[in-house]
Amino acid sequence: MAVFEFIPNTPEDQRKMLAEIGLSDLEQLFADIPAEVLKKFKPMGLAPMSELEVSRLVGQMAAENAHTQRYVSFLGGGIYDHYIPAIIGHLISRGEFLTCYTPYQAELSQGTLTWMFEFQTMVCELTAMEVANSSMYDGGSALAEAMLMAKNVTGRRRFLVSKSLNPHYRQCLETYAWGAGLELRDVPFTETGQLDRAALQPDEISELAGLIVQTPNFFGVIEDLSGLKDLIKDAFLIVSVNPISLGILAPPGLFGADIVVGEGQPLGIPQSFGGPLLGIFATRMSYVRKMPGRMAGRTVDADGRVGYVMALQTREQHIRREKATSNICTNQALMALCATIYMATLGRRGLRKLAELNLQKAHHLAEKIAALPGFALRFSGPFFNEFVLRTRKKPSRLLKALRDEGFLGGLDLAPYELLDGNNLLVAVTEKRTRDEMDRFVKILKGA
Amino acid sequence: MPYPKEYRYTKEHEWVKLENGKARIGITDHAQHQLGDIVYVELPKIGTKVKQMQEFATVESVKAVSPIYAPLSGEVVDVNRELETKPELINQSPHERGWIAIIAPSDLKELDHLLTAEQYEQHIGA
Repeated sequence: MAVFEFIPNTPEDQRKMLAEIGLSDLEQLFADIPAEVLKKFKPMGLAPMSELEVSRLVGQMAAENAHTQRYVSFLGGGIYDHYIPAIIGHLISRGEFLTCYTPYQAELSQGTLTWMFEFQTMVCELTAMEVANSSMYDGGSALAEAMLMAKNVTGRRRFLVSKSLNPHYRQCLETYAWGAGLELRDVPFTETGQLDRAALQPDEISELAGLIVQTPNFFGVIEDLSGLKDLIKDAFLIVSVNPISLGILAPPGLFGADIVVGEGQPLGIPQSFGGPLLGIFATRMSYVRKMPGRMAGRTVDADGRVGYVMALQTREQHIRREKATSNICTNQALMALCATIYMATLGRRGLRKLAELNLQKAHHLAEKIAALPGFALRFSGPFFNEFVLRTRKKPSRLLKALRDEGFLGGLDLAPYELLDGNNLLVAVTEKRTRDEMDRFVKILKGA
Repeated sequence: MPYPKEYRYTKEHEWVKLENGKARIGITDHAQHQLGDIVYVELPKIGTKVKQMQEFATVESVKAVSPIYAPLSGEVVDVNRELETKPELINQSPHERGWIAIIAPSDLKELDHLLTAEQYEQHIGA
């Protein structure tokens, strides 16, 4: 057996440990895994390598990724290519933040609790809600947790879910609903791309725990939230948002939302092939004891000085166990820190300007493409920085032509089976230049 | 603090005081002492029907959340709203001002399953 200087266990240490539990071979520790599962994990067959050789090998593998330094991205669908200010990487790589990023001896980490409190405050201001937690894993699981919270408060089990909700979030809801015995019912969308209110049946509403809506929705269309809360009465209005869009759109809190969740990745977090992401969660003060997740609070110490704590921990599972509001016992601290620095860096005016740029660029490109023969905007409703194109040619062919020219052209919607025909979801962020958009249009024209 | 002789007690540290056929309920001095400073009480909804020893309220201290069990089956007819703003009443006056709810009992024979003050004191090793 090869001996590696950086692994503290020697073969003799291993032999002693195995003998202690009556085994002779490391492989025996995996005996409980079914053979047909285990055989899928083949050894890589690599000989021991020097650091230089490993760097070279890993570098070659990494170069196979189509990343946004090399490709111009118009890809969205829940995770977006926004600009990440350099200050974020600089600050989060400080050891005080990076090493112990989620505090378990909470009150000792006053600095961490301070910025978490700021994060929560910013989330409340952005969403016009009353209290927020210090984050969840991602937008999808945050939405599922919101669903569970609505069940806990209302005591009811039926949820109406907008069909234009991100399908990955929908899958999260189904997973959590299955465990909790909840019922999910679809609400279709109209040709505007928005929720079909006419489809909301009064008898469905009487036993309703909540209505789940996303805005902008998976198609990029902005939902009209006005009057929805009145329609569903004491059922929960749960809204999933794109935080960037709130730089310009009226926040769900103003429309009577009971819980607002969302994906915080656009707030200074890299796309990283799908994660880590950032779940945002905010609600009303009257429901705070049913809210999941960690929450920083501000108080005064025995000498009257301001200090920060982990508040209302009696909701959490390390105290309430099976009666906890959720089984989450952490937060996405490092990602939430990115978002906090991002929001503080941009400020209120910067976020507004950013949202305007996204909106304007997306509309500029949508107009240009819709003018081409063989392309049309699928939905007539208002949109933010993403839109669906109905295309004569198959999206797979268009995407290949675009990829050959160095573009990640968007998302082919066919696998999601939400729409008939050929549909391509295109996102345009502040990063996209006029030149990039012109070339994009040119390639589509000739594809 | 002495345990009132006219009350009945559960092994889970609730007390019952019969008043004109209705049952006033709270938690004992022993319980509030174990819990520490009480910061929140989740009161049951009026009209809730409960079975004996079914969880029907919760009391929250800084370090723990404790379920409160209905000592008798019946219907909740009143709750102590004062606890919404002054949960510390349970610490200060657990057997009187810190009462939690009043139940209209459905079967008074259930009282036979409860402990007397003397039996309760023995139970907690007083």
